[in-house]
Amino acid sequence: MGDIVSLIGKRLGYGLITLLVISVIIFFMVEMLPGDAAEAILQMGATEENLAALREEMGLDRPAIIRYFDWLAGAVVGDFGVSITSGEPVSAIIGERFVNTLFLAAYAAVIAVPFAVILGIVVALLRNTLFDRVANVLTLTSISSPEFFLGYVLILLLAVRTDMFPSLASLSADMSFGELLHRTFLPALTLVLVVTAHMMRMTRAAIINLLSSPYIEMARLKGTPPLKVIVRHALPNAWAPIINVIALNLAYLITGVVLVEVVFVYPGIGQTLVDAVSKQNFPVVQACCLIFAATFILLNLAADVGAILTNPRLRHPK
Amino acid sequence: MSATGKKKQVLLDIEGLKIEGFTGEEWVPIIKGVDLKLHRGEVMGLIGESGAGKSTIGAAAMGYARDGTRISGGSIDFDGMELTTATESERRALRGARIAYVAQSAAASFNPAHKIIDQHTEAPLHYRIQKRMEAQEDAMELYERLRLPNPKEIGFRYPHQVSGGQLQRAMTAMAMSCRPDLIIFDEPTTALDVTTQIEVLAAIRDIVDQFDTAAIYITHDLAVVAQMADTIKVLLKGEEVEQASTEKMLSDPQEDYTKSLWAVRSFKRPQKSRPKDATALVSVQNVDAAYTGGEKVLEDVSFDIYEGMTVAVVGESGSGKSTTARCITGLLPPMSGQVLFKGEPLPPSYHDRTKDQLRQAQMIYQMADTALNPKVRISEIIGRPAQFYSGLKGAELKSRVDELLDLIELEPSQYYDRYPPELSGGQKQRIGIARALAAEPSFIICDEVTSALDQLVAEGILKLLDRLQKELGLAYMFITHDLATVRSIADEVVVMQNGKVVEQGPKEEMFTPPHHPYTDLLLSSVPEMDPNWLTTLLEERGVDNVGESADV
Repeated sequence: MGDIVSLIGKRLGYGLITLLVISVIIFFMVEMLPGDAAEAILQMGATEENLAALREEMGLDRPAIIRYFDWLAGAVVGDFGVSITSGEPVSAIIGERFVNTLFLAAYAAVIAVPFAVILGIVVALLRNTLFDRVANVLTLTSISSPEFFLGYVLILLLAVRTDMFPSLASLSADMSFGELLHRTFLPALTLVLVVTAHMMRMTRAAIINLLSSPYIEMARLKGTPPLKVIVRHALPNAWAPIINVIALNLAYLITGVVLVEVVFVYPGIGQTLVDAVSKQNFPVVQACCLIFAATFILLNLAADVGAILTNPRLRHPK
Repeated sequence: MSATGKKKQVLLDIEGLKIEGFTGEEWVPIIKGVDLKLHRGEVMGLIGESGAGKSTIGAAAMGYARDGTRISGGSIDFDGMELTTATESERRALRGARIAYVAQSAAASFNPAHKIIDQHTEAPLHYRIQKRMEAQEDAMELYERLRLPNPKEIGFRYPHQVSGGQLQRAMTAMAMSCRPDLIIFDEPTTALDVTTQIEVLAAIRDIVDQFDTAAIYITHDLAVVAQMADTIKVLLKGEEVEQASTEKMLSDPQEDYTKSLWAVRSFKRPQKSRPKDATALVSVQNVDAAYTGGEKVLEDVSFDIYEGMTVAVVGESGSGKSTTARCITGLLPPMSGQVLFKGEPLPPSYHDRTKDQLRQAQMIYQMADTALNPKVRISEIIGRPAQFYSGLKGAELKSRVDELLDLIELEPSQYYDRYPPELSGGQKQRIGIARALAAEPSFIICDEVTSALDQLVAEGILKLLDRLQKELGLAYMFITHDLATVRSIADEVVVMQNGKVVEQGPKEEMFTPPHHPYTDLLLSSVPEMDPNWLTTLLEERGVDNVGESADV
């Protein structure tokens, strides 16, 4: 077990280093953009004098390196500076919205991951049958359609025609959990449709890839029924690639959902980011980028750890 | 019913069996009408070269056709049940319960994700023959009978935590879990060292005797089948050549093909001795080596190879034979010690060696399948080292490749533009040899070059290597665990165990007693054609000693 702990510790260390490198890239990429926060605030009313004064007030006249470490030190304790447009702390603006995004992602993931894996097992069992082909075509169709289009189709079918779910996913603080789930069902379903295909196809491929292994033949020659061959003998050895694809899709659920948020008017972090970019609200942009990067790194780290934990050779060393 | 009466009862009756395989375009016959009659308690050996259809018949006896094959004709009658017309679930109900299977590579055939005992109890639990606890206790008893160390505990390990020979015995135990009437052994000892093979053979024979189980024993090794089988059936390209009782088959084979199989180990060449007053071509001196972060795998290894001579390096797997080769070629720089070439020390890592130093030592690998890039034409595989080392181009390069193909006895115009997957195993190995020759080396390391080949094909490769040695004055370092090969081609022998050289000297001396105890163990473990060899050997060694080398 000690091996695994040190292995995970090492991965965690690498993750932190990666995050540090990304923070450098984010900060200096934003730095390289034309204009700065002072110009963004003053806009048309900018003169040489008041720009200089504002820069001094905001500390923008200091060298970039120093500002970077200043920003980094703040980011470590959750202080990303203040928004240029509203003057509120950035953490207050994105905090609540990030929680909303996480909620929607979790909602979609709880449905999509088991659904995709089970569907993957079933199509692996019924490979090359009509069911397999139909499932493949349907999931591929859903992944290839743009998510805003899927969203509108769902609104048309489930909100306009049948009135089962609300078309707008606006939230208020006094909603019950059940109402919350009902309200956000359509955006969650859209996301489910988008991510299922990828995970299902990887599950199917990873399982089928193993079916020619000698130990699968051995299981068959022991009289094991086909479903048990797949669930008990193939799946435990197929987890590593499946987990990796799941992690990538979870990351997408958090960082790539802006279109779905716009369609359903859901108050998530994607909209905030788009807003901040268009208004040159640099502190918010930097904070969002850093959070997204951290999400990606953390999920990939979790996938690595998951893959290690499903490998008996690493779990039970000689 | 008396024991003899029982033996007469037919258990498996295969008649006119035809099996076809799909090539991607059409169905071609693999088995062309084979009959097989097996009585209760009888052990039948199926022998033949690869492609003879032995394993296919073995699987068919379970009513099982591998992916891409189908049973297209004939009947398979197992104890009154016709398997060709039975439904899939009826056939499945036999597998594991009444007919069991022991695969060639236990390491690959145990699921890495589950404990050995959980895989063992799967069939008895599935068929509701035993409850889990009962099945586990039964497994432990079987492990004990098969002389596995720590029978109470070993089942709770994962397959990768157990050695190959032990896994093979655990797999035999698993096959016994439902006390089947018939077990198919598909080359169960082919992947094992000779010393381990004996333990497994003895264990299999005991357990089959104890439970009076019928068995089909598939192998390409005549000496092995002679120990195990009551009757032997010889197969060639999907057809039966002949069948007879083991003793009759060994003493008086009828067909020419069978006789040729028997005679195959006859190739011998005269032993050469070291040239006087010459410096060794390659001299390994006090080499210690370890893989990154690991324990020492070589300790104080020293031996010399002289020009034009063949030095065989023998030992069990894990004894450091291939690691020594890696040190010589510079793939693994030694921790201490050095390798001399014609008296000059070679830089430890191949990065630091000159082109001329690199060209002198070439390698030929065991698995020609994986050692040749399947997507590259033969002309390029052979042409590339010729181009790299000798700077040949255009017409010169082509004529060099033609010359090399001629040397390995493959018609240049036919093979020049082909790809490795289109060739047979023996032809691929010849391409591997040509690739090594293309560099114009003075020394070639042959790493188990014949172990993956059938005996007749292997014989052809050995003859080719011998001819090349005479014509080009090559020196060979011949890594092998097969002592029959050593007998036929070696001039000198180096015996390795646990990373150390335990004995070395000229071949004649090495094969005449007295030996180092380990050399003796290796030599006496090579199966002989005498059907009583195993019994005699076990009596000499005493049963208690058989399992010894398997202890962890």
